[in-house]
Amino acid sequence: MRNVNNLEEIRRIISLHKKWDLVFMVAGIFALMIAVMTFMALFAHMLIDGMPRLSWEFFTSFPSRKPESAGIFSAWVGTTLVMLVTAVAAVPLGIGSGVYLEEYAPRNLLTEIIEINVTNLAGVPSIIYGLLALGLFVYQLGFGQSILAAGLALALLILPVVIVATREAIRSIPVTIREGAYALGATKWQTVSDHLLPYSSAGILTGIIIGLARAIGETAPIITIGALTFIAFLPPSPIKNEFPYVSIEWLTAPFTVMPIQMFNWVSRPEEAFQLNAAAAGLVLVVMTLAMNGLAIYLRYRMRKNIKW
Amino acid sequence: MENNSETKNEQRQFKSEVKNLNFYYGGFNALKNIDMVLHDKKITALIGPSGCGKSTFLRCFNRMHDLYPGNRYEGEIILHPDDVNILASNVDPIEVRMRISMVFQKPNPFPKSIYENVAYGLRVRGIKQRAILDERVEEALRNSALWDEVKDRLQHLAFNLSGGQQQRLCIARALATEPEILLFDEPTSALDPIATASIEELITDLKNKVTILIVTHNMQQAARVSDYTAYMYLGELIEFNVTDTIFIKPKNKQTEDYITGRFG
Repeated sequence: MRNVNNLEEIRRIISLHKKWDLVFMVAGIFALMIAVMTFMALFAHMLIDGMPRLSWEFFTSFPSRKPESAGIFSAWVGTTLVMLVTAVAAVPLGIGSGVYLEEYAPRNLLTEIIEINVTNLAGVPSIIYGLLALGLFVYQLGFGQSILAAGLALALLILPVVIVATREAIRSIPVTIREGAYALGATKWQTVSDHLLPYSSAGILTGIIIGLARAIGETAPIITIGALTFIAFLPPSPIKNEFPYVSIEWLTAPFTVMPIQMFNWVSRPEEAFQLNAAAAGLVLVVMTLAMNGLAIYLRYRMRKNIKW
Repeated sequence: MENNSETKNEQRQFKSEVKNLNFYYGGFNALKNIDMVLHDKKITALIGPSGCGKSTFLRCFNRMHDLYPGNRYEGEIILHPDDVNILASNVDPIEVRMRISMVFQKPNPFPKSIYENVAYGLRVRGIKQRAILDERVEEALRNSALWDEVKDRLQHLAFNLSGGQQQRLCIARALATEPEILLFDEPTSALDPIATASIEELITDLKNKVTILIVTHNMQQAARVSDYTAYMYLGELIEFNVTDTIFIKPKNKQTEDYITGRFG
């Protein structure tokens, strides 16, 4: 055996090993830079190209054959309405499923299979949801190539995200709080509605917003169900002047959304349309970042009173 | 002066009788053939080394084990005066929990106001009238010696209280519903000595109002507060007697070894 008690020898070995620390640090920074710089470059490129096109008119103009007068009016209205349908459908279904799985479901094989399925659903390619929606919503249920069909398709897509977020948020509540409620004679529903849901609302809301931020950029399922790429009109207004003041006609209207408008412009040969695409992309990225920012803010705000 | 004679007259002094209780976590027999009584308006302490089943035993009294799958009771816990076996499968655990309250090891106030914490048990029972709630909340807070410290900030968050105050709040929460038995699961193990002393004083005061069963790993605490003491080991009840007898002249060698610190 070699004698390593020699101090010189020990120091030599340490410095040799520390070299690997240095090597990995450099490699790690390099790897990180590739990821960060690529995104920064993309964003900067989009900013330079798209920024000059951003104006009030860009938001209030319909698409046009003339690139300089084309805008994203129908696209952002379409995106907003589709997101509305997505949220209205995904939120109650997702929270309901999450609460059931976490609090009510009996621990058995069937529950376990369902749980594994829900988690795996999050990894299903989004175009598959598009195909499902095309077959089920567009043809079977006769919703047509409408805002309703698109919103429901995206709702299916983000449902696993909402379910998992709900379960995680409920699970993060300490067991002593839950037992405290039951020990006072609360039923399951009283425990859920008085304690578990209020205390987990920050986490659930974060999950919903993250899900919507994912849905807003989805293109494949929307194309699959057949959104139009060129729309020079708005869906019927949801608010009317005469009774009953609200209308659901817009649900069945044809539509376009931001990513599809972008896709349409990118595929044009003219240089000027590329700039429009960059500007629309910029708007989309800012919308997504704003939603994530909102999620972080709400999480911070709502957790201020909760200490665990 | 208490004695252990089993006259019919004495039986009326029992709030609860445990008869041949066995408890299973899945296949594991955690409590073995336990026979014991809770004397009415007295404090009974459960002592024993970690893992001896004292908390498991305590949690049988409010059917806490029903919250988790795979748990099973055998035997009876009879609650007087109506002689109902609270472990019977046709007895709703929620009904049991409404009659028998519990204070946990770590203070576990809800992230709500002080007022809402105390009022929650009443709200669960469907009490909505503000006047009744106000009155019962004040009474519970007075009984848990917290009223003077919090009467000006009932709407503040319970988390802003100190650890000892939080535990007294949890006691108030358990008291507000006027339970027949109050269960304490090592209520001072997360508290400093001063807070511990105030909780012990409170527990001693409470025995005029309610029957108390307390789990403690602190033998001095058992000696200080309880009237009766049960020593448990590996899921069995080794010895149960008047506290003074257990601590001064235990009949069982195992109990003596534990009490004198030779083991445990």
